Amino acid sequence: MTRPNTDASDLLLDMRGLTLGVATPDGILPVVQDLSLSLSTGETLGIVGESGCGKSLTSLAIMGLLEGTPVRVLAGEIFFRGRDLLRLSPRERRAIMGNEMSMIFQEPMTSLNPVYRIGDQIIEAIREHRPMSRRAARDRALELLTMVRIPDPAGRIDSFPHQLSGGQRQRVMIAMALAGSPRLLIADEPTTALDVTVQAQILKLIVELQKDTGMGVMLISHDLGVIAETCDRIAVMYRGRVVETAGARELFQDMRHPYTRGLLDSIPEADEDVDRLSAIPGRVPTLDETITGCAFHPRCARAGAGCDSDQPALTAFAPTHFARCHYPLEPDA
Amino acid sequence: MLGYALRRLLTLVPTLLAASLLVFLFVHLIPGDPAAVLLGDSATPEEIASLTRELGLDQPLYTQYLLWLGNVLQGDLGTSIFFRIPVTAVIADGAETSILLALMTMVWIVILGVPIGVVAASYRGTWVDQVTSGGAMLFASVPTFWLGLYLILIFSVTLGWLPSSGYPSIRDTGGLANLRYLLLPSFTLAAPNAALIIRLVRASMLDVQREDHVRTARAKGLAPWKVSVKHVFRNALIAVAAAFGFTFAALVSEAVVTETVFSLPGIGRLVVQSILRRDYPVIQGVILVIVVLYMVINLLVDLAYARLDPRVSLK
Ligand SMILES: Nc1ncnc2c1ncn2[C@@H]1O[C@H](COP(=O)(O)OP(=O)(O)OP(=O)(O)O)[C@@H](O)[C@H]1O
Ligand code: SF4
Ligand SMILES: [Mg+2]
Repeated sequence: MTRPNTDASDLLLDMRGLTLGVATPDGILPVVQDLSLSLSTGETLGIVGESGCGKSLTSLAIMGLLEGTPVRVLAGEIFFRGRDLLRLSPRERRAIMGNEMSMIFQEPMTSLNPVYRIGDQIIEAIREHRPMSRRAARDRALELLTMVRIPDPAGRIDSFPHQLSGGQRQRVMIAMALAGSPRLLIADEPTTALDVTVQAQILKLIVELQKDTGMGVMLISHDLGVIAETCDRIAVMYRGRVVETAGARELFQDMRHPYTRGLLDSIPEADEDVDRLSAIPGRVPTLDETITGCAFHPRCARAGAGCDSDQPALTAFAPTHFARCHYPLEPDA
Repeated sequence: MLGYALRRLLTLVPTLLAASLLVFLFVHLIPGDPAAVLLGDSATPEEIASLTRELGLDQPLYTQYLLWLGNVLQGDLGTSIFFRIPVTAVIADGAETSILLALMTMVWIVILGVPIGVVAASYRGTWVDQVTSGGAMLFASVPTFWLGLYLILIFSVTLGWLPSSGYPSIRDTGGLANLRYLLLPSFTLAAPNAALIIRLVRASMLDVQREDHVRTARAKGLAPWKVSVKHVFRNALIAVAAAFGFTFAALVSEAVVTETVFSLPGIGRLVVQSILRRDYPVIQGVILVIVVLYMVINLLVDLAYARLDPRVSLK
C-alpha cells in the first residue's frame, strides 16, 4: 500500500505505468498506455497534446471520476502522497476528492449546478470535508471568492450561475476547488472555452494561487503556448503515451521529439504571418486503428527504418529529459 | 412572483369568457329536450311546453346565454333542472368525493412515481430497471375501467379487504375510515399516471446524470446518494413538475370513468348523469368549474416551475 522507500521528498503525485482502456463493442481499446509521470509540491506540470490523446481521461483517473464512463484502469499505480489511490476504497477516495486534491474542468458554462446559488455550491464543498456552521462556511466562501478575484464577492455570492459570465463561472469553479485547501489542483483545459483576454486572466490567477498556496498544479491543454507560459515541467502526449517530457526551458531549448516540434511550429507567433503557420500534417488516428511501432509514424517526416514496427522506448537525454523516438532531433546548433 | 400571478389571473378573464360561450353552445347542442326527459314518457305535449317555458328554454339561445352569463358573474350557476336546487349546491355535494379522490390519487402518483423512477434510473440496465420499466409500460397502457374492474375482483370480491363501490361522506359515521372506499378508485386513477411519472423521472434522471455539473458534484467528494438527491434529482424535478400539469388534465377525464366504475358520488359521475338527464345548468356549471380549476393548476405549475428553475423568469 505505501510506496516502498518513500523519501521524505515533496513528491506529491507519482503515476507508474498507468494504462486505461475503453470498453467498446469491438472489445477493450487502449486509450492511455504505460503512462508514468510525477509531480512535486509547488510544481506546475503541463500536459499537452492534440485532442483525443488521453489528457482528460488521465486526469479523471487521478481524480477517481472514471465511474460512469466506459473507461477502466487496466494497469498501473497512482501514488498520491505515498498512498496508491487505485487501492483505496471509494469512501477513502472521496475523502481525498475535493479536499486534498481537486479539479477544474473545461466547460465553465455547464460545470456549475444551474439550480443552486454559487455561494451554496461553494459552501457544500467546504462543509463536505470540514464540518462547520453555515455561517462560518459562508464567511470562508466569501474569502475564497475574494481569493479568485470575483468583483463584489458579497454581492455575487447569492447569484445563480446563469447570472455570471464564463470567466466568472470559471473563477467560481476555482474557488470551489480551493475549498479544501488542496495539495494538488488538476486543471483540464481551464481556459479553452473562454475569450482570449479572459484566458490570460484565468491562467494568471491559477499561477498566482499556486505561488500563494504552494500546491502542485497539473495543467492540461492542447495549446503548447499556454503550457509554455505557465509550467515548470511539460509532458507531451500523443495517442495515449507520453512522447517527451522535460523541464519547460529544457524542452524548448532542446526538443527531441518530432511531434513536440510540430506542436511548437503550430503556435502562431504574434509577428508571424498566419499562412506560415505549419500545422502537423495528417490527423490523429482514431482509437480503433491499430498502429504498430511509433504511433506518430504515419505523420512523421523523420520516420525511418523500424518506426512502423518497433515502439520506441522512453530514452533519457538529460536527467529530467526523456523522449520516445528512434530518430530524435539533434540539439539546435 | 405575486405580481405575475395576479397578471396571469387577469388574462384568464377573456379566456374564461370564450370558454363559457363554448361550454354553453356545446351543452345546448346535445340532442334531446330536457323537459321531455324530465317528465318521462307519459307527459303530454302541453305539459312539456309549459315546463319548457318555466325553464326559460323557449327563449332565443343568445338571451339564454346572456342571462346565464350574468348570473355566473354573480356567482350563481343557476338551478338544476333535475334536482331543483342551486347548481352550486349540487356541485358542492360531489366535491368532497372528487377532491379527496384527486388528493389520494396525487399521493399515489407521487409515492409510486418518484421513488420507483429514481430506483429505475439508479439501477439502469439491470433487472430492477427492466422490471420497473416493464411494469410502468404495462400500467400506462391498461384502460382505467379494466384495471378498476380487476382490482374490485381481487380486493373486494375475492379477498374481501376493501369495499367495491360507493363512498359515504367522512362527515357520516365511519369518519376518516371511509377513506378506504377511495383506496381502490384512487389507485386505479393513479396507475397510468404514476407509470408516466416513473418513466419521466427515470428519463430525466438519466439525462441530468450526464451533465457536467454532476461530475463537479462528484469531484467535491460527495457520497453517491448526495449526488443523486441534491444534484441529479433536484434538476430532474424541473421536467417532472411540468408533467404534473398534463397529469391533471388526464385525471379529469379518467375520473369520469373511475367514478362510474366504482359508483362514487363525485363530480365525474355527476357530469355523466347530468348529460343523460339533459340537466343543462349542471353540465355547464361543472365544466366551467373544471375549466377554471385547470387554468389555476396550470398557473400553479408555471409558478412551481419558476421556483424550481432559477433560469426561468416570470414576465
Ligand atoms: N466516455 C468515453 N467513451 C468512449 N471513448 C472515450 C470516452 N471518453 C474519451 N474517449 C476516447 O478516449 C480518447 C481520449 O480521450 P480524452 O478525453 O482523454 O482526450 P483529450 O486528450 O482530453 O482530448 P481533448 O483535447 O479533446 O479534451 C479519445 O479518443 C476519446 O474518443
Ligand atoms: S520514432 Fe520514428 S516515427 Fe516516431 S517520432 Fe521518432 S522518427 Fe518519427
Ligand atoms: Mg479533454
